[in-house]
Amino acid sequence: MSFVQNFPFFSIIAAMFSGILSSVLDGKKARNLSLLVIAVTTGMSVMVLGFCMRTGESYTYMMGHFPAPWGNEIRAGVLEGLTAVLFGLVMFFAVIGGMDHTAVDVEESKQNLFYIMIDLMLSSLLALIYTNDLFTAYVFVEINTIAGCGLIMIRQVGRSLSSAIRYMIMSQLGSGLFLIGLSLLYDVTGHLLMSPAKEAVAEIEAAGLYAVPMLVIMAVISVGLAIKSGLYPFHYWIPDTYGYATPTASAVLSGLVSKGYIFLLIKIFYRVLGQENVIASQMINVLFVFGLAGMLMGSVHAIMEKDTRRMIAYSSVAQIGYIYMGIGLGTQAGMVAAVFHMFTHSATKALLFISAVGLYEVSGDRKDYRSLVGAGYRNPLAGIGFAVGALSMVGFPMLSGFISKLLFATSALQSPHKMLPTIIALAVSTVLNAVYFLRLVITLYTIPSGDEGEKTRAFSEGQKLSSEKEDGHRQTSSRQQVITKLRLAVVSYILLNLVLGLYSQPIVAAIGKGLSMFA
Amino acid sequence: MGMALLVNAEETVSIILFGVGFTMLMLHRNLIKKIMGMNIMDTAVYLFLAVKGYIKGRMVPIVTDGIQEVSAYINPVPSGLVLTGIVVSVSTTALMLALTIRLYERYGSLDLDQILMRAKEEEA
Amino acid sequence: MSRRRDDYENSRWRKFRSWVDGEVDLLASGIAVQPPRESADLKDRKPENPHKPQLEGALDRDKARNQELRRKGDPEGRGIRYFRRFYQVMSVLLCLSIIFVLLWTIAYLPAFGNAGNPDNNEVSARYIERGLQETGAVNIVTGMILDYRAFDTFGESCVLFIASCCVLVLLRIDAADGEGRFRETEGKAGQAKGEPEYDVLLKPGAAGSVWARKRLEESNDRLYEPKDDVILQKCACVLVPLIFVFGIYIVLNGHLSPGGGFSGGAVLGSGLIFYLNAFGFKKTEEFFTEKVYRRLTLCALTFYCMAKSYSFFTGANYLKSGIPLGTPGAILSGGLILPLNICVGLVVACTMYAFYALFRKGGM
Repeated sequence: MSFVQNFPFFSIIAAMFSGILSSVLDGKKARNLSLLVIAVTTGMSVMVLGFCMRTGESYTYMMGHFPAPWGNEIRAGVLEGLTAVLFGLVMFFAVIGGMDHTAVDVEESKQNLFYIMIDLMLSSLLALIYTNDLFTAYVFVEINTIAGCGLIMIRQVGRSLSSAIRYMIMSQLGSGLFLIGLSLLYDVTGHLLMSPAKEAVAEIEAAGLYAVPMLVIMAVISVGLAIKSGLYPFHYWIPDTYGYATPTASAVLSGLVSKGYIFLLIKIFYRVLGQENVIASQMINVLFVFGLAGMLMGSVHAIMEKDTRRMIAYSSVAQIGYIYMGIGLGTQAGMVAAVFHMFTHSATKALLFISAVGLYEVSGDRKDYRSLVGAGYRNPLAGIGFAVGALSMVGFPMLSGFISKLLFATSALQSPHKMLPTIIALAVSTVLNAVYFLRLVITLYTIPSGDEGEKTRAFSEGQKLSSEKEDGHRQTSSRQQVITKLRLAVVSYILLNLVLGLYSQPIVAAIGKGLSMFA
Repeated sequence: MGMALLVNAEETVSIILFGVGFTMLMLHRNLIKKIMGMNIMDTAVYLFLAVKGYIKGRMVPIVTDGIQEVSAYINPVPSGLVLTGIVVSVSTTALMLALTIRLYERYGSLDLDQILMRAKEEEA
Repeated sequence: MSRRRDDYENSRWRKFRSWVDGEVDLLASGIAVQPPRESADLKDRKPENPHKPQLEGALDRDKARNQELRRKGDPEGRGIRYFRRFYQVMSVLLCLSIIFVLLWTIAYLPAFGNAGNPDNNEVSARYIERGLQETGAVNIVTGMILDYRAFDTFGESCVLFIASCCVLVLLRIDAADGEGRFRETEGKAGQAKGEPEYDVLLKPGAAGSVWARKRLEESNDRLYEPKDDVILQKCACVLVPLIFVFGIYIVLNGHLSPGGGFSGGAVLGSGLIFYLNAFGFKKTEEFFTEKVYRRLTLCALTFYCMAKSYSFFTGANYLKSGIPLGTPGAILSGGLILPLNICVGLVVACTMYAFYALFRKGGM
């Protein structure tokens, strides 16, 4: 057994242990530890990915001395490695980019608690990616939920508290459904580990037993995880949650948390329930329909919204809709497109949230998007970052969003019944996306004039004055650092987007390979 | 269906409790009752699991007198799952109650609609 | 007509329904909530705050609003009432449909208590037949959760840990935090009147700010409890040692009899809470402060993490773990299970106490 094969386990445990350790550290040390751990685990994930690419197969890793049906197990393959690398990168830059806002938004004495949440969030995401056991998945889903709630409410203002409770309620509904689904599944199969459970499911299907329970299990598990990841009719918690949390938390929540659940759902489809059974059960069509509805309604809500961050949050609803639509197509190509869009969305949404922060800073922290007039000139890099993110979401060539739309469209051609609705919805949703994203980008690059211009100009002059006086939280020298960190994050996200857009071929191939390893 | 439900009477009860708890968690306006609903829902799942582990006429899974035959003991797996699940539900309950306290301190209400309304008003 | 209406208003059904609707707090009439005493001059300076968390005020307001809603002829109220009615009907329908779907499912599930059910397969068979030899634990469930499926259990301890962190974030009152909360609850009213003088307001006991009142309660924590209740203290003298011994017994015998770290820890935690209630925070703070809590949790979780990492690592790499299992049935047996149970017990006991202390006064 090669030493690299230990790395998935090491990365999960390292993230957990750093969380435990952070409880006695002060805020700064906890932050550095967090950054270190994220970097190290990402490095490990890269090596795991390399190892799986080289050997061309996945492997399971015993957590303890007992083999598969008895002991816990984790599993690593190409897709797991790739997802872990991407999640690690997105998280790393989200923490760096939002670092100084975290220092302002979170109280001094509670800073270390924030980084405990980040560490445990990372460990739970990694565990959700690597797990090969259903009950482990449930436990880590709960850790993920609680850490997410912590990240939302740590900025203790009224709206973030009320959105945290909404988030908890919806998440608990999802967890409850997921748990009852697991219990039912355990009852008919007798296994909690994924591989033996899949064999048992195959036997049951072959014998034609338990048709009704299997259908309900599929429905309950899918709906549970769909609620948690914010699929359209269950999306009410999303705008508040993403809109009022501190920037790092918004980027992490929108970019990663919901993706963790979707990844788990895909894994359960492939590795437990059997993709062909899910397709046969029509469950996939339900996801397809809700995905389509989400694509359209999310964009419509975003157009009606005035608050920039809520607008971005509603766009998340639409993008989650895309992912579920891809899953709902029920073909291998559709699934590849869904996974690719998952990556795209992680990278792009984090970019949007982080660069929106940079734009707010130079425009007086007002919520209305019209206050951002000309902000692209005042903070050029954040403006470019936002524009790149927006164009990527709209589907501009060279950027990752274009590739995922292309993949969706080509995969739709392969499934004759769903071709027409998919293509129409893609077209309409792209137009709607363009309406609000381009509106934002144009606002950013409009030369301020008239009333609004006066206000913003007055503001920026006032800011200059105040920064000369060096009062408040940020002083001139530290402001320079803030800008550097933000720049680093924005540039890295843009690069990530370009990599996903320009080198999509090997990534798509790797996703396909990873998915075929799942089966 | 009726006969089958009678045979599985314990499961029937737990499922009814699950439905009640789920609906309470989703639709009740009062936060404390929502939390109660969540607990009812979780407990119903544990009841379901515990029922699933039971086998008629067998003992608890603690080795006594050196007997180690399968026919002597009930299934230990669901008991372990229930144990794990209980701790999870304790944690989430504590977190939700703490959130409720903060919200009550701030908005003077336990009604989620009112809290959201007041939060919105405050913003404007 | 009016009389019938009165009957209805006072009938039990009406009371029950309004309780279900969450309109009336049944406890409101039964329990008198005593606000902390404040001196008269402080009361005068109390700033008015629209969202002030005053129990009675809120209740009155809610009651008034509900009555208003119930009043006939109010078009807006009627709309809301119809909406509420619709909402209730829909929620009952939803509840019934969920129950129906799940009942339909379990009608097809394997029969209750049957030995031939699919879940009684080779997995549980091995736990029962070879659990004693492989884990050294007489209690098969403990052997399963702390050895076969230890990763889940480690995750579960982390759930408890992170939940306690979240509660700390929400409820711990730090100096800076108190100020923040003070600003958020009181600042608005102050701002409306002009520049609030934080320095004056922030002094403990000053002008009725929530934070200041909390501080006051904290320094005089026994405000809400009977002072030096002899009966309670004598009972505690007898019972607390018993509870502790029982809790320790449950923790230490986790691998031999029903129990283990979680249940034993909960018993220990309840003993601590009982002690606190009888003797107050001053006494408990002599041996249990937040520092102690943090160190204990850190040590216990670190040991847990290290021990399990070692056993996962050796297991996955097919190495011998080299931990003796001992003779089954003896107290020192079961390899890592006993120390792990102790760790879990410590974490759970500390967390239970921490939850209680945080909910009660926002600190330990």
